[in-house]
Amino acid sequence: MQSYVLRRLLIALPSLLIASLIVFTLPRLIPGDVVQLMLEEKAYGKDLDDLRAKLGLDRPIPVQYVDWVARLARGDLGESLWTRQPVLGELARRMPVTLTLGFLAIVVAVVIGVPIGILSAVRQDGALDFFARSAAILGLSIPGFVQAIVVILLPAIWWGWTPRMGFTDLAHGPATYLLQFVLPAIILGIASAAAIMRLTRGMLLEVLRQDYVRTAWAKGLRERVVVLKHSLKNAIIPVVTVLGLQIAQIAGGSVIIESIFGLPGMGQFLLEAITQRDYPVIQGINLLIVVIIVATNLLVDLFYAMIDPRIRY
Amino acid sequence: MAGSVQIIPAPEALARSHPRLRALGLAWRFGRRKPLGAIGAVIVVGLIVMAAFADRIAPYSFDDSVPGARMKAPSLQFWMGTENLGRDIWSRVVYGARISVTVGFATVALATLLATAIGVSSAYLGGAYDITVQRIVDAWMSFPALVIVLSMLAALGPGLLNLILALSVLGAAGASRVIRGATLSTMQSPYVEAARALGAGHVRVIVRHVLPNVTATIIILSTIGLGTVILAESSLSFLGFGVPPPYPSWGGMLSGSGRSFMYHAPWMALWPSVAISLAVFGFNMLGDALRDVLDPRLRGGGGRPVS
Repeated sequence: MQSYVLRRLLIALPSLLIASLIVFTLPRLIPGDVVQLMLEEKAYGKDLDDLRAKLGLDRPIPVQYVDWVARLARGDLGESLWTRQPVLGELARRMPVTLTLGFLAIVVAVVIGVPIGILSAVRQDGALDFFARSAAILGLSIPGFVQAIVVILLPAIWWGWTPRMGFTDLAHGPATYLLQFVLPAIILGIASAAAIMRLTRGMLLEVLRQDYVRTAWAKGLRERVVVLKHSLKNAIIPVVTVLGLQIAQIAGGSVIIESIFGLPGMGQFLLEAITQRDYPVIQGINLLIVVIIVATNLLVDLFYAMIDPRIRY
Repeated sequence: MAGSVQIIPAPEALARSHPRLRALGLAWRFGRRKPLGAIGAVIVVGLIVMAAFADRIAPYSFDDSVPGARMKAPSLQFWMGTENLGRDIWSRVVYGARISVTVGFATVALATLLATAIGVSSAYLGGAYDITVQRIVDAWMSFPALVIVLSMLAALGPGLLNLILALSVLGAAGASRVIRGATLSTMQSPYVEAARALGAGHVRVIVRHVLPNVTATIIILSTIGLGTVILAESSLSFLGFGVPPPYPSWGGMLSGSGRSFMYHAPWMALWPSVAISLAVFGFNMLGDALRDVLDPRLRGGGGRPVS
C-alpha cells in the first residue's frame, strides 16, 4: 500500500511538471501587455521598461519559469501583479467558497444519481426508469448556466421572488452561509448526477444478470440484500471512477456558476485574473486545480481497495 | 457462401436497385429501432438547414434594429419578440445556429484528425514515443476542460477560428486515448501480423489494415463529441470568450444584455436557452443511438456518460 502510493506519486511528478510548464506558458501567450494595461490604469512606474523591470517581467521567459518553479518548491506562489498580495494568501481566502460549492455539488450528484440509478435498474423499463432516463438526458443537455437562468427567472416572473445575490461569509452563522450554496450546488451537481445515474443503472443491469445474483435470489434472500449487498458492490467501481472524473467537470463548471450567483470563489478569481492578465494568479489557480485533480485520482484508486477486497496494492 | 442460393426478398431487391429508396429504408428502420435517436436526427437536420439557409429563413438580418420595436413581446411580426436594441430574436436565433453548427462540426473534424494522428501513431510506434506522448496527454487531461479552454482563448484572443482551435486541441486529448486503445487491440489481430509477414510497409499496414478497423470507434467518438462541443461553445460565449458581437451566438445572447433585461423581457433569455438545450439534446440523442447501432458491444444502453 505505502509503496503503491509512493510509486503513484512518482509517476504523477512528470505529469505535474509538464502541467506546470503548460500552466506557465499559456497565460504568457496572451496578446496585449500586462505592463501596458497597468501603466494605463494605475500609474505604477515611470515608463514601460521601468515597470517591467520592477515586476521582473524583463527577464527571459525560461529564467522566469525556473524562478517560479524554484519558489514553488518552497511553497511560494508569487504575488499578484496588480494587488501585490501573495497569491497563496488570496487563494486560501477564496478556496473555502469553491470547496464548499464543489463538495455540496458532489453530494448532490451522489445522493441523486446513485439511488435513482439503482431503482431504475431494479425496475427496468418501469415508469420510474423511463422518467429517470429522460430526466437524465435533459440534465445532460441543458447547460448549467441555462438552468441557473431559468431558476432565477421563473420565480421572478411568477411570484416576484429572486434569490439573493450578495455573499455573506461564515461569520454570519453557518446556516446562512450554507443556505446560499444550496441552489448553485444543485445546479452544478445536476449534470454529474445524470451521468452517475446512467452509469449506476447500466453497471447494475449488467451485474443483476450474473450467475451469483441468481444464486442469491435462489437462496431466498430479500431484494434489498440481493441488490445492495451482492450486486451494488460489484457495480460501483466504475461509478467511483467516473465520480473522480466528474470532479474535474465540477471544478470547471464552478467558474460559470460562481460568476452567475456572485460567489467570490476561485472561479471568479480566475476570470478576473484572465481579463487582467495577472500571470501569477492564473498560474497559481490552474496549478492548484491540477494538484487537486491528480490527488483525487489517487484517492479514487485507493478507494477501490476499500470497496473491493480483490484489489490489493 | 459458395454454392448456396440466396433468395432476395422483393422489397430488398427494389431498395437495392434504387439507392435513394435504400437510404429511406435504412432511415425508417433506424427510426423504428431508436425513436429518440430519430427525434435527435430531426433536430440536427433542422439545425443544419437553419444554419445553411439562415439568410432565407430569418425575416430580418441578425443586426437589423427595427425602429420603435425595443423589447417587444412575441407577436406575429416578431415570433420570439425583440431585444433591447430592437433586433428580432427569431432572426438572431436562426443566425446563431450558424455558429453552433460551424464550431461543432469544424471542431469535431479537427479534433478527430488530431486524435487519430496522435492515437494511431502512439500505439503503432510504441516505445519512448508512446510514453512521452501519453504523459503529455495525461497532463493535458488533468486540467478541467473549461479552465484550459479559457486560458487558451485568453492566449489566442476571442474569435471563431481560435474557439475552434482551442476546443479541438482539448477534445483531441481524450479521444486520442480511446483511439490508441482501439489501435492497440487491432494490432494484435492475426491479419495485421499476416500483412506484416507479407512485407507490407508501415503506411500500408496503417492505412489498409489498422484505420478501417478503428473507424467505428472514431465515428462514435465524433458524434458524441458534437453535443459536448456545442455545449462548450455556448458556455464560452456566455462567459464572453466566444464569437465577438454583433454576430449572435446563443450563449452570447444569454449573457450581458440577455441577463440584465431578462426580468423585463423574459423572452430575451428564454429563446436562446431553448435553442442551446434543443441542439445539445438533439446531438446527444443522435450520438447515443448511433453508438448503440454501430457498436454492438454497447447495445442496450450500457451507459458511458457523454461527458
